[in-house]
Amino acid sequence: MNKLNIRTGLGAVGKGVPVLGLAIAELVLFCLFLTAVSLVGIGLGVLLVPALAVAVRSVVNASRGTAERWSGRAIEEPYLPAPAPEPGLKGQWQRTHWVLTDPATWRDLAWMLVNPVAGVVVALLPLALVVGGIGGILMPAIYRPIADAGTNYYLWVQISDLTSAWYCAALGVAVLAAGLVTGPALLRAHASLARTLLAPTRTAQRVRRLTHSRSEAVSSSAAELRRIERDLHDGAQARLVALGMNLGVAEQLLSKDPEAVRAILADTRKASAAALTELRDLVRGIHPPVLADRGLADAVRALAMDSPLDVTVNADLPGRPDAPVESAMYFAVAEALANAAKHAAPDSVSIDLWYEAGALRGQVIDDGRGGADPSRGTGLRGIERRLAAFDGLLAINSKPGGPTTLTMELPCALS
Amino acid sequence: MRVVLAEDLFLLRDGLVRLLESYDFEVVAAVDTGPALLQALLEHEPDVAVVDVRLPPTFTDEGLRAALEARRQVPGLPVLVLSQYVEQLYARELLADGSGGIGYLLKDRVFDPDGFVDAVRRVAAGGTAMDPDVVAKLFAKEHHRDGPLSRLTPREREVLGLMAEGRSNAAIAQELVITERAVIKHTSNIFTKLDLPVSEADNRRVLAVLAYLR
Repeated sequence: MNKLNIRTGLGAVGKGVPVLGLAIAELVLFCLFLTAVSLVGIGLGVLLVPALAVAVRSVVNASRGTAERWSGRAIEEPYLPAPAPEPGLKGQWQRTHWVLTDPATWRDLAWMLVNPVAGVVVALLPLALVVGGIGGILMPAIYRPIADAGTNYYLWVQISDLTSAWYCAALGVAVLAAGLVTGPALLRAHASLARTLLAPTRTAQRVRRLTHSRSEAVSSSAAELRRIERDLHDGAQARLVALGMNLGVAEQLLSKDPEAVRAILADTRKASAAALTELRDLVRGIHPPVLADRGLADAVRALAMDSPLDVTVNADLPGRPDAPVESAMYFAVAEALANAAKHAAPDSVSIDLWYEAGALRGQVIDDGRGGADPSRGTGLRGIERRLAAFDGLLAINSKPGGPTTLTMELPCALS
Repeated sequence: MRVVLAEDLFLLRDGLVRLLESYDFEVVAAVDTGPALLQALLEHEPDVAVVDVRLPPTFTDEGLRAALEARRQVPGLPVLVLSQYVEQLYARELLADGSGGIGYLLKDRVFDPDGFVDAVRRVAAGGTAMDPDVVAKLFAKEHHRDGPLSRLTPREREVLGLMAEGRSNAAIAQELVITERAVIKHTSNIFTKLDLPVSEADNRRVLAVLAYLR
């Protein structure tokens, strides 16, 4: 055993001590909290539960803190977001409901039972071993009164004379060493025990991610609808009004000035063509026609043809995904291609589309200047949001100097 | 001249029939679904077909598919495809057999009846009628690349653009306010620069378009 290990071993011995304090606080709070919950029936609990929950959570968070220090990995708080604060009894009831329906509350309670028992044993075992070991080592010096007092044992050695006391000392060294060696490992064990009960469950993390992406999807589709409404109102609709007015004027002038009517009609025809162009662009922005007609592969091929860049497309899709998924991938690829054209100045771009392990995948590789960073580009953020709405992911590999690879993945089934 | 017409919207179909008849075409069949179109094309073998891309029952590119299938069975059957939007992908598919008699226009082009009927006649005669939108996109793309098009002078590009739309030498001369002789000189320069052989004078105009659709 080298010096460094002795030092970390000794550190681990002391570190477990605060767990005892936490465990006591947790036991007390456990009893108080259960009492408060049982009083919800007669109304008093409604006042107590939210206040106690604050105390419970701060104490349990202290356990999260120790686990983080011991394992080096942070434990996220798993609690559901608090409801909007409302005054009075209604607000109290909402907060009570919020606390009691959160699975994390009950996992906290379980922890508050487990930690005082198993947790304290695990955390204090190194200290107990070290203290016990020292006791054994001192035995040759202090064995006499112990031996005189009658039958006494150190572990399984009966203390009766100096020889047995030296056996005890030898055992004490082993016990002390065991305490120092196992100390750090036991602390890590304590941290992982804490993690199993106190970290957000996989489901909770997923719920949180989905809640977040849903709210983003909802707000971005609302923004999209507003944009469409505005475009229709300012564009095509206004043009059609102007068309109607022109035709009215033409009707009036028909008998008096046929030449003027001819000019007005020519204008009107141009305006109707312009209105059609605007509507066409609008439709293309919502649901590209080739995507509707032929599906993703041909839509991306059409996209490649319209791009000013030299783009090759390889698509291997055995079927068609649902329309929203297909559309999300299409717009993600379109955005990636537009990004490449705008920022990367590549000689060539290759787009691959394939289906693998239950997910639609797309990869856009350009040999441009690289250095793409989602924290700066709104385009990449947009792609991420678009994919996140379907539980999909974007991976970016873009060293300065290039090349840039964007990999997009959307879990889905093919029809 | 005998025409088969496919358009699912009654108002447009009716309008097109009236328009074509007022220009002395004989509409032998006016259908509203993809399968009916294919049947009518094979039964009548018209001088030209005017076809909407989006038709029942799928409301996707049924019309385009029916037209391509008919051309597979009756090579060179002249088809003018109308669409609410134009896509290079579809333009390429239509021109892929390189045999001419193909048109691909935005529906709005019927607003200009003379121009539209002119396009129908050109297609019936085995020429092409590409929508200016398709041609403009091709040029925009080619501009960024060192393709064969970069060897053309600006005036030759203009001529090629109009040629891709399917205009005759006379029409190009009129549009660019130059003599027809000058147009012929430009076109032969274009064919040389794009490595197109001298034979089959008519199809070379199609091939010139295809040269940069690839």
